[in-house]
Amino acid sequence: MITEIGHFSLVLALFVALAQASVPLVGAARRNLGWMEVGRSCALMQFVLIGLAMLALMHAYMGSDFSVINVAANSHTDKPLLYKITGVWGNHEGSMLLWVFMLSLCSAAVALFSSNLPPALRARVLAVQGMIAIGFLLFILFTSNPFLRTFPPPPNGNGLNPVLQDPGLAFHPPFLYLGYVGFSVAFAFAVAALIDGRVDAAWARWVRPWTLASWCALTIGIAMGSWWAYYTLGWGGWWFWDPVENASLMPWLAGTALIHSSIVVEKRDTLKSWTILLAIMTFSLSLVGTFLVRSGVLTSVHSFASDPARGTFILLLLIAAIGGSLTLYAIRAPALKGGGLFAPISREGSLVLNNVLLSCGCATVFLGTLYPLFLDAMGGPKLSVGFPFFNRTFVPMMVPMIIALGVGPLLAWKRGDLIGALQRLWVAYIITGLVLLVAFYVTNGGPVLAVLGLGLAAWLAVAVLTELADRLKLFRIPFNDSVKRAVNLPRAAYGMSLAHFGLAVSVAGFSASAWDREAIEIVPIGGSVALAGYELRLDSVDRVPGSNFIADQATVRVTSGGAPVALMHPSRRFFTLQKQTTSETAIRTNLLSDLYVALGESDTAGNWTLRVYWKPLVPWIWIGCVIMAAGGMVSLSDRRWRVGVARKTRVAPGAVPVAGE
Amino acid sequence: MTRALFLLPLLLFAVVAGYFFTALRPSHDTRELPSALLDKPAPAFDLAGLGSDKRLTLDGLKGRPSVINFFASWCAPCRIEHPVLMRLAKQDKVAIYGISYKDKSEASTNFLTTLGDPYRQVGLDPDGRTGLNFGVYGVPETYVLDGNGVIRKRFVGPLSAEAVDRELLPLLKKLGAS
Repeated sequence: MITEIGHFSLVLALFVALAQASVPLVGAARRNLGWMEVGRSCALMQFVLIGLAMLALMHAYMGSDFSVINVAANSHTDKPLLYKITGVWGNHEGSMLLWVFMLSLCSAAVALFSSNLPPALRARVLAVQGMIAIGFLLFILFTSNPFLRTFPPPPNGNGLNPVLQDPGLAFHPPFLYLGYVGFSVAFAFAVAALIDGRVDAAWARWVRPWTLASWCALTIGIAMGSWWAYYTLGWGGWWFWDPVENASLMPWLAGTALIHSSIVVEKRDTLKSWTILLAIMTFSLSLVGTFLVRSGVLTSVHSFASDPARGTFILLLLIAAIGGSLTLYAIRAPALKGGGLFAPISREGSLVLNNVLLSCGCATVFLGTLYPLFLDAMGGPKLSVGFPFFNRTFVPMMVPMIIALGVGPLLAWKRGDLIGALQRLWVAYIITGLVLLVAFYVTNGGPVLAVLGLGLAAWLAVAVLTELADRLKLFRIPFNDSVKRAVNLPRAAYGMSLAHFGLAVSVAGFSASAWDREAIEIVPIGGSVALAGYELRLDSVDRVPGSNFIADQATVRVTSGGAPVALMHPSRRFFTLQKQTTSETAIRTNLLSDLYVALGESDTAGNWTLRVYWKPLVPWIWIGCVIMAAGGMVSLSDRRWRVGVARKTRVAPGAVPVAGE
Repeated sequence: MTRALFLLPLLLFAVVAGYFFTALRPSHDTRELPSALLDKPAPAFDLAGLGSDKRLTLDGLKGRPSVINFFASWCAPCRIEHPVLMRLAKQDKVAIYGISYKDKSEASTNFLTTLGDPYRQVGLDPDGRTGLNFGVYGVPETYVLDGNGVIRKRFVGPLSAEAVDRELLPLLKKLGAS
């Protein structure tokens, strides 16, 4: 019964979406306020209806209702409750439902928090959101319905893929989808602006918080996915340039470019048509990512459902959404007039450079993901792509970006003083030089690229701090005045520094992976492995029953120079239902390095394979991502975004607050 | 002129979309990408062996059907595929030869000692030249050769247990592998 209610609300949501996509649009064209406002109530209604559908499916999972095909195919009575719930989106149908749920969440947020938007713009934005919802609701109802029943119900379910039974992966999709779908708001704003034919600073100010919020979610989502791969796959890798990972990296790169180019629109009223194009591209890449994963066009290990019928449907959806918006762009964008002029060496210039490099990086990833198949379709020569390709193309493009990133924020708007900026960075030169020397000495002439990477990270970190100190006029004016400046500095400035600093931390983490050490040894119980100054003794391996698996759990005693450090428990889980083994690694981190132990197979003589890795700075990769996302969040809390609201409520003349910087 | 520039994104997208359509054709199964070399003699190769002085050559493979698997330690799908190869090796129906593609020899050794070595012999293809001759465009890729060194089948991407049972083993039976 509850399942049917969910099914019914989903159908109802489709009809509400039809209204949301049409009525406000007509209203905006005819300047009929009542019709325009329909968009808001429709968006809220949609959120309630799709939320109901989501809860209904969750209910079916929690109650293990195996008459629902989707539950039978993906759940099992023995599964822990947490994974019954997260199992809702651990499969194709459920994850698409999560997708539209996130979309309705974004639309509802626009409807609720947009009192300061011109009604026509809001109506158009919500209408575009409605159109996207129609497409995806049709897709779910016709090709991937999670509410279908079967009779007689099977006695028990097939269970969730054991690899997915993991907290890291359980919460990875919601963040990722929030990021993907959140970009639909920027997309809707772009399309609405094209219909309207007007893009100005106010428009950029409305779009930016949405873009920032989705960017933060996507950053966290990607970091979680990479962290999951790191600790579950059992060999310490954290990024594989797999098509599915690339599918999430592309919108992230485009979104990062969008955040920066919209600053230029906001502050200097220029780069408009480029920003609109980026907004369209960012969401398009999210859609393409969905298409690649779901259609089976690319063979990838992650894609859980690939089906040509679904692929065709998503492709038609892509053509409608991307083709439609780009057509509109081709017609309307030439009329958008650029505003302020600027010299190549200026803050705008540096943001343009950032955009060029990020877009090229994104294009490289796109080509690397699709080019091999492209060439084949045209009967061209064969080309192979993998880790080496991306390391040779993408990485060199990011190096100049990071170097420029140190200087860019120090340049003034309109016309910057490059020499002056470079002079102010003297501390950065010294520290970068020191880091390079120390890294080179410690690693005894080790991998040169990694030493350079560490130098790059140091450069960026110090440059960010220099820029912040510069803003506070630290050591140049009395300390108390600097504190005063610090208090008055807009949050957006802190957000930027924090995000850039986070990138530096991550870069250090990426680079240091060249110094990983590993030992793979077959040891008897009581035997030990020595690595990087640690001594790891295999005390015992015990068989431990789990909820829906049997585990071989090892106890590894770690000592350093005789002093006890830790007890670690890597294990192997055998999932009886799926006859599949997963490896649960044990990781001990001191935030500077990870000691990573994975238990391998045992031989007939009772010896066990132990894989031990020592990974310096590897936690910094994810710490950096969290700092970046935190930077986005701090920037999001800037009062500048709330200025519009204040303006509306405060009627008193002269009380108009001045936007931060 | 500037107007045409604004049309560019749309045109690029049209190309991509057109390509996606061809990729979705029912006849176009990405897991069974037709090899231009299908039913043609495999390109000759002569590769340094991994962990032995014996070189891996095409002539050395001839006489009996064989399976050639291109892999790399940096390739995640190869790790997914690996248990399938181990199982196939245990069945002992066919000789599996590995070609370590664009990889360092220490890294490949490490990969095989960690996970197990399903290969009868491994050849090193550090610059990917042999891969290029075969038309490999991503690892893992697997080729089935008959006793005369003619390519009879190509598998793109990780070999699944079903593909082995449904396609590879029947094909080997037909080719007369013992």
